[in-house]
Amino acid sequence: MLEQIEGSRAVAKSVALCRPEVICAYPISPQTHIVEALGVLVKTGELAPCEFINVESEFAAMSVLIGASATGGRAYTATASQGLLFMIEAVYNAAGLGLPMVMTLANRAIGAPINIWNDHSDAMAVRDSGWIQLFAETNQDAADLHIQAFRLSEEISLPVMVCMDGFILTHAVEEVEMPSQEHVDTFLPPFYPRQVLDTEEPVSIGAMVGPEAFAEVRYLAHAKQLLAKERIPEISREFESVFGHSAGGLISAYRLEKAETVVVAMGSVLGTIKDAVDDLINHGINIGVLGITTFRPFPLEEVYARLSGAKRVVTIEKAFAVGMGGILATDVATALSRAQVDQYSVIAGLGGRPVTKASVISLLQDAVSSKLDPLTFMDLDHEVVKKEIARMNESGRSGPPAENMLREMQLKTFSKQKERAASEEPG
Amino acid sequence: MTFKPIKFYQTGSFAVGNRLLSENLRTVQSDIARSDSLTLGHRACQGCGEALGARYALDAAMRATGNKVLATNATGCLEVFTTPYPETSWQIPWLHSVFGNTAAVATGIAAALRAKGRQDIRVVAQAGDGGTEDIGFGCLSGMFERNDDVLFICYDNQAYMNTGVQRSGATPPAARTATTEAVGSEPGNVFGQGKNLPQIAMAHEIPYVATATVSELHDLEAKVEKAMTIRGARYLHILVPCPLGWGSEPSATIRIARLAKETGLFPVFEAEDGEITGVSKIRHKLPVESYLLEQRRYAHLFAPTENRDVLDKIQAIADRNIVRYGLWDQKTEEDGNMSIATEQ
Amino acid sequence: MVTAAELLSVAAFLDGLHAQAFPSFGSERMGAPVVAFCRISEKNIRTREPISSPDALIIQDVTLIHQLDIFNGVNPDGFVLVNTSRTFDELGLEEFIRRFDRTRALTVPATEIALEHLGKPVANSALLAGFAAMSNEISLSSVKEAISRRFSGMIAEKNAEIAQSAFDYVAHELESTQASTSLSTSNAKGDLDA
Repeated sequence: MLEQIEGSRAVAKSVALCRPEVICAYPISPQTHIVEALGVLVKTGELAPCEFINVESEFAAMSVLIGASATGGRAYTATASQGLLFMIEAVYNAAGLGLPMVMTLANRAIGAPINIWNDHSDAMAVRDSGWIQLFAETNQDAADLHIQAFRLSEEISLPVMVCMDGFILTHAVEEVEMPSQEHVDTFLPPFYPRQVLDTEEPVSIGAMVGPEAFAEVRYLAHAKQLLAKERIPEISREFESVFGHSAGGLISAYRLEKAETVVVAMGSVLGTIKDAVDDLINHGINIGVLGITTFRPFPLEEVYARLSGAKRVVTIEKAFAVGMGGILATDVATALSRAQVDQYSVIAGLGGRPVTKASVISLLQDAVSSKLDPLTFMDLDHEVVKKEIARMNESGRSGPPAENMLREMQLKTFSKQKERAASEEPG
Repeated sequence: MTFKPIKFYQTGSFAVGNRLLSENLRTVQSDIARSDSLTLGHRACQGCGEALGARYALDAAMRATGNKVLATNATGCLEVFTTPYPETSWQIPWLHSVFGNTAAVATGIAAALRAKGRQDIRVVAQAGDGGTEDIGFGCLSGMFERNDDVLFICYDNQAYMNTGVQRSGATPPAARTATTEAVGSEPGNVFGQGKNLPQIAMAHEIPYVATATVSELHDLEAKVEKAMTIRGARYLHILVPCPLGWGSEPSATIRIARLAKETGLFPVFEAEDGEITGVSKIRHKLPVESYLLEQRRYAHLFAPTENRDVLDKIQAIADRNIVRYGLWDQKTEEDGNMSIATEQ
Repeated sequence: MVTAAELLSVAAFLDGLHAQAFPSFGSERMGAPVVAFCRISEKNIRTREPISSPDALIIQDVTLIHQLDIFNGVNPDGFVLVNTSRTFDELGLEEFIRRFDRTRALTVPATEIALEHLGKPVANSALLAGFAAMSNEISLSSVKEAISRRFSGMIAEKNAEIAQSAFDYVAHELESTQASTSLSTSNAKGDLDA
């Protein structure tokens, strides 16, 4: 049924339809609405049998999921940002043990400086953890990807993270075709664990592994991700046959046929980029968009197939490796190592900075006319940064940089307001 | 506390001989049908108190539940010496995740069992003192506070032994560890630090908290069995001497554990819903030196010269315990009776 | 405020339009100035950027009106609806309002209407119904339906009454303004800032 619904609520309802048996809740913005809604569904008995556990930390949340999954329970939690970092040891452990579970990551920046708004720094911080990472472009995607995530996770016995942009998606009210219980039950069979704590057949899970076998166990994790790369498109097709609309897959293509310039991105920013690209095409520019739906495993072959014929590729991403540059851009570059394609890496939307169509258009125009730097920070106020560096050079105790730069920006805003007020004065 | 006096014990050691008891009073360990939850072939040191404690506790839990126990384990000696890949000494379903999350993993197991309607299967979480008092404390407190249906057992050997004997929140004052070396003007661990986990557990008002040592097997087993009759969060703190970390003879493990209790340095008691309901009395009160002298971690208190000040401070700790918990009175001393917990 | 934007999006959705509502994000604190956005379109909405040049502005709390640069960026062909029982003149807004078509800049005493029917100063339903009357972008019936989906029982009933009352008020205001002003023919559709 088509509903006008908040993203978090849509995800909560979608997760509930997957009949999870253990859900952990620990508050961190912007994922709170999801677990709150699930808490209501458990309390009212609409979702049963299910244990809803208010834990004392994200580290405990992930640990409870590990215990639940190892006992054959379908387990779910949601987190973001600092919360993900706080649980990171258990995040790696869940993947290392090969325990299926699903976690929503309501993507949010990582401090310091503390910032509750959206970017992809959190997801990127665990990209090598062994979890499968799927990125939602819309709330429809978010609702659908969770159902696929449970299926995928349990089939290949690996944890799956569904990434959805914090606030931008989690708090947006928009239309979502909500799945029915009947369809979900058809698509998602009951959880049959590959390994389980069972009094009838006792096993030891999580034993120490020495140099003699560690590489093999780790390689198996890689092999399973490669397997997932095969299964993801198949599961996406099966999903479409049951639910009647498409979702998931490794990548998404938009106006990509014979595009000279291709923009690569992940998550909700794809919507704004598509609007920008439509405008550019209307102005005669040959340009298309490649969305990365599955970031881990990274679809190297598909990216190569779609981009190797392009003249230039502009990767726009909401995170970066400090001291290096774009992260997604690096993966794209790996995919294109055999191709002759000009590559540009653009960092945008950090800490909730709006990614506007106007900025994207101007950036892409620069790219098309080869005026774009190989690494660009979109809409960055270079002047404020330069001033802070100068301040650092002047004084051994230049103070907390974030506060200095914030003050600098406020001063700029005030002087702009003054200028405008002066220009509006008659005469 | 349901105590029943037993008159038969070995002179000198106070060990209770099973063969002198009627069959229904004998320990689980003396039973040929015991489950051997933690079986032979593991890689623990000779005289490892933790290996004994874990074996006693889990076999007792298995008997109490009709062999329906799922166990989880923090990182540490017990985890490492029981599962040298690809072998395992665990004859029961066992899960190790990471160092600090054992209590939460156990919560997850219990939750999944509840969702599946399998409350006949019980959960035992195990950790050393580091995994309990230090790195695992947050998850443990959360599990207690939610009153999750888990028995958490702390095998307390008073330091991080797996990594080479470093100080933990359970390391006693004056004890030498690799991070509290016996050097300087105040050798060994400092006074005035550390935490009392059983008391902290009691402050959560969970249904059952108990302490035990590996020296009194009847008592330990009875406490595990009692814990398994209760639903909700339960905590059992077992003192397990570590020959490696304490610098003691492997053959002295049981005796040292008993001396910890007999000197009053390790109070053995149980508590229900936050109130102490019973204590194991000291039978022959001994000065703390008798306990300390057996352990090289305290050698700096006796050589090159005796450090009377520090010994007095340690004795003061024992004396305070004796008063605080009512560990000793003239009558029990005269009777010389061993008290053991039994079903009544 | 966030509820208002959500209800507006639901009403538009019920009218068969596409809508996207979202708050300006921040930590949860009572009494802080709040902005929420709503986009309404006949086409599928893909963009995710915040609205900086709204086609409509609904002001719920006039006490903030002189502290913030509220009218900055509002499309001059757009709509302005202010929750007040006073006139623009009395609010000292005559200067700002002059740039808008007078049939597209109106007031409604939403708080008073709500107090009268419900005994509580919740202005959402009155403002949305008032906006429906002024703009014709959404229907009153959909506003009422959105309310009934959000609330239940007595509260829903009272809110429907509030909506009707505010709709009638604004419709009447509009008529008397139209009588005194020439009708603007611009046809704005798109971003609505609620």
